[in-house]
Amino acid sequence: MEIRELTCIGCPMGCQMRVTMEAGEIRQVEGNTCKRGDAYARKEVTNPTRIVTSTVRVTGGELPVVSVKTASDIPKEKIRACVLALKSIRVAAPVSIGDVVAENVAGTGVSIVATRNVKTA
Amino acid sequence: MKKYADVVIIGGGPAGLAAAVAAYDQGAGEILILERDRELGGILNQCIHNGFGLHTFKEELTGPEYAGRFIRQVEERKIPYLLNTMVLDISRDKVVTAMNRQEGMFQIQAGAVVLAMGCRERSRGALNIPGYRPAGIYSAGTAQRLVNMEGYLPGREVVILGSGDIGLIMARRMTLEGAKVKVVAELMPYSGGLKRNIVQCLDDFGIPLKLSHTVVDIQGKERVEGVTLARVDDQRRPIPGTEEQYSCDTLLLSVGLLPENELSRSAGVDLSPVTGGPVVNESLETNIPGVFACGNVLHVHDLVDFVSQEAALAGKYAACYVASARGGAPENLGTADTASIPVCAEGGVRYTVPSFIRPDHMEEKLPVRFRVGAVYQNCYVSVYLDEERILHRKRQILAPGEMETVTLERERLTAGGGPGKITIRIEQE
Repeated sequence: MEIRELTCIGCPMGCQMRVTMEAGEIRQVEGNTCKRGDAYARKEVTNPTRIVTSTVRVTGGELPVVSVKTASDIPKEKIRACVLALKSIRVAAPVSIGDVVAENVAGTGVSIVATRNVKTA
Repeated sequence: MKKYADVVIIGGGPAGLAAAVAAYDQGAGEILILERDRELGGILNQCIHNGFGLHTFKEELTGPEYAGRFIRQVEERKIPYLLNTMVLDISRDKVVTAMNRQEGMFQIQAGAVVLAMGCRERSRGALNIPGYRPAGIYSAGTAQRLVNMEGYLPGREVVILGSGDIGLIMARRMTLEGAKVKVVAELMPYSGGLKRNIVQCLDDFGIPLKLSHTVVDIQGKERVEGVTLARVDDQRRPIPGTEEQYSCDTLLLSVGLLPENELSRSAGVDLSPVTGGPVVNESLETNIPGVFACGNVLHVHDLVDFVSQEAALAGKYAACYVASARGGAPENLGTADTASIPVCAEGGVRYTVPSFIRPDHMEEKLPVRFRVGAVYQNCYVSVYLDEERILHRKRQILAPGEMETVTLERERLTAGGGPGKITIRIEQE
C-alpha cells in the first residue's frame, strides 16, 4: 500500500489530501471537501501533466527571445527534458503567435508553439 | 495647437485595451490610447505563463496571447494609439499633456479620460531591510522582464522574499532556466499567491516555502553574497535566535503591488488610502466628472479577466459621458453627486469598488468587488441596505489574495426611496 499526500489546487481552501494506492490502483481519496478535489487527486497520482511555458532564442528579431508553450499538456516528469530541448533551438524572425517552433519535444509527441509575435529588427 | 479626442485612454495594457474596445462599441468617435512602452499589451507581455482568460475566452492562454486577442480587437476597429508616449500631466479640465520623440510635447483636450496606468511593484526601499546596496536585488517583475523578454538570467542562486503570485511564478521560471531557488520566505502566516501556483511552481520543484519568515540581513557589498532569514512573531517582528543563513547571489522581492497614481493625484483625483487607487462610483467615475479609472490603477487585481470586465465598463461609461455632454444633458457630478449611496466596507472587508452607487445611473445588475483582510473559514458574506440584510451567502473560505464579488440589483436599491447606505461585511453566522 502506498500513500500520497497532496494539496488541492481547485480553490484557496487548498485541502490537504491523502490518496491510498494499492498495486497502482486508487483505493481511497481522503481530505477533499468537494468533487473537484477528488478528480484532481485521481489525475495527479495516475497521470500528472502540465502545460510548459518558456522562451526560445530568436535571431534577427526586435527581441532576443520569443515566449513559447507546449501545444497541449505533457507528462510532469518530462518538464525538465522539454525545457532542456528548448535551449538548443534557434528561430529566425519574424515569428507569429501560433507558429510551430519545434515538433515532438522530448519525445512527447507535443509541439512547441510561439505565444507572441516578434518582428524583424 | 491643441488636439481633441472624445476618449483619451492613459495606458495600453489589458485595462486600456478593453476600455478602448468598449468605448468604440458604445459609439465614441475619436478614441486615443497613449502607451509609454514600445508595444501594446502592458505587463501581459512578460507574463509568459499560462492560465489567463479562463473567464473571458473559456480557454487558458499565456499573457502575450491574451494581450494579442485584445490588440487584435483594437486593430480591427482601427482605434488609434501612440507608442513610446509618456503622459506628463492630466488637468482637472481634462487636458492631457504628453510627449514622444516624433511630436515632442503636445496637448490633447479630452472629452473623457480613462485612467488605465496599472500598478508598480513595492521596492526594497519600502521594506527597511538593513545592509549595503549590492547588485543582485531585483523586484520579481524586473527579473521576469529580464528573463522572458530580454533573454538574461539575473542570477544563479536565488532567495525570494514574498509569496505573491509573481514571486511564485518566478521561482519556477528561474528554476527552469537553470538557477537554484533555495527558498521562498513569506512574512505572513499564509501565502498571498494562488494555491495552484504554490503547488505547480514550488512543490513541483521541491522549493521550500517558509511562512512567517522575513529577510533580516543582506550580505555582500558589490554583489549579494547571502541573506539571513528569521521567523517572525504574530506582530511580524523577527524572533532573535531563529536566524538562518542562505548563501545566494540574487534576492527577488515579490512584496506587493501599488496602483500607479501620480497622474491621478496631480489631476486632483481623490484616492482611497486602502487601495491607493481612485475613489469611484458605479460608473467607475472619479470625483472629477468625465475621468474614469479601471484595472490595477484602480485596485490591484489577481485575474486579468476581471480587469478586462471592469475596464469595458469604464470605457463604455466614458463614451456615454461624452455623448451626454454633447447632448447638453445636465452636468454629471461624479462622486460628488448627492444622490450617491455610500458603500461601506466593515467587519473584515477591507474596501469595495465602487465606493458610491447612484441607483439611477446603474445597470440592472452591478458587480461590487472587494477584498478581505484575513483568512476566514466557514463564514458568510452579508450585504445590508441600512439595517436590512439582503444577502447572506455562505463561504467555505475567503482569503486576502482572492478578490470577491457580490452583485447588487438596481430594483432593490430603488425600492422605497432607496437606502442611506450599503454595507458589506463578513459574519461568522
